[in-house]
Amino acid sequence: TRVSSDGKPAKFQPPPKPVIIDKQKQREERRFLSPEFIPPRGRTDPLKFYIERKDMIQRRKVFNIPEFYVGHILAVTAADPYANDKASRFVGICIQRGGKGLGATFVLRNVIEDQGVEICYELYNPRIQAIEVLKLEKRLDDNLMYLRDALPEYSTFDVNMKPVSRLDHDEIPVNKLQVRMKPKPWSKRWERPKYNIKGIKFELPEKKMKEAQKWSQPWLEFDMLREYDTSKIEEKIWKEVSEELKK
Amino acid sequence: QGLLRRSVSHSFLSFASITGACQAIQKLTRVRVVDNSTLGNTPYHRPPKCIHVYNKTGVGKVGDKILLAIKGEKKKALIVGHKMPGPSMTPRFDSNNVVLIEDNGNPVGTRIKTPIPYILRRRGEYSKVLAIARNFV
Repeated sequence: TRVSSDGKPAKFQPPPKPVIIDKQKQREERRFLSPEFIPPRGRTDPLKFYIERKDMIQRRKVFNIPEFYVGHILAVTAADPYANDKASRFVGICIQRGGKGLGATFVLRNVIEDQGVEICYELYNPRIQAIEVLKLEKRLDDNLMYLRDALPEYSTFDVNMKPVSRLDHDEIPVNKLQVRMKPKPWSKRWERPKYNIKGIKFELPEKKMKEAQKWSQPWLEFDMLREYDTSKIEEKIWKEVSEELKK
Repeated sequence: QGLLRRSVSHSFLSFASITGACQAIQKLTRVRVVDNSTLGNTPYHRPPKCIHVYNKTGVGKVGDKILLAIKGEKKKALIVGHKMPGPSMTPRFDSNNVVLIEDNGNPVGTRIKTPIPYILRRRGEYSKVLAIARNFV
């Protein structure tokens, strides 16, 4: 046995741990910042958004909110005092994500027994017990409200659907599905350029499509007062949020 | 030509509405009867319409009783879902759904296939309607 300079037997020194470099993770750490973290343009004090962000991060530490976009199929279990087992589960496609800060909402749509049902859930509501992403796929648009006027087959999703497994952790597939609509009238005139919808297969006559272009406002994209560049704000908030979440 | 009003019969599955969504259910709204009663399902040339809402305000939400005019008769009904968005975490349906009911609260039909919101359980007087419902949302 080794004897140290003191005369007592030397303490066992474990060998240094091998450092494993995971090259896959190093390749691209995908940064996804949920859209409700980005503050809206206005003259409110940034302190208000900072305090809200702290509360949002606190909630995210306790309850995992997965990354999801419009077009994903989610299953949400929420606590309900009036339901059997006190919990109700709803499966649906996310058609819209709205609100900023703690009031951020997302609307799920499904067609059950030929009846279209939409539920607007609040992301940070403590009544929500679990959010599972069943199918990851982005759509061509940010807002799928036109599914209300589309044929019901495009909004039906099986309630007992199993989560589709994903091997690639890098890219989310974009579904370039062109949806067929019910005959007009629709709840909104989706053919107008104001909505800028790419995911509908318009079977309207050419005359109607040209007439809809009368309402186009091509000067809007060049309007400088409407510009809101969020890249720098996003960088700052992303650093802040990821540091807090790692703690 | 004048005003060509399409006759919207409740026997069609696709509910084509001429007016947009108004403030939930009030007088003269066309509704859709969802139970399997004969009165609600036999086709008629006029859709069932609401003629009175038993409420302080004339606007009916989920769980309110209304008076319906079906096939030339007056019948009470219970609202089980409307097109207007309600409080968050509650479902919003694509059509104004209604279940036919007697004066004492007993449902006329024997089965309800369409989903019913859980909030109806709050008032204990509708337990008989909830007992015949199959799906809940």
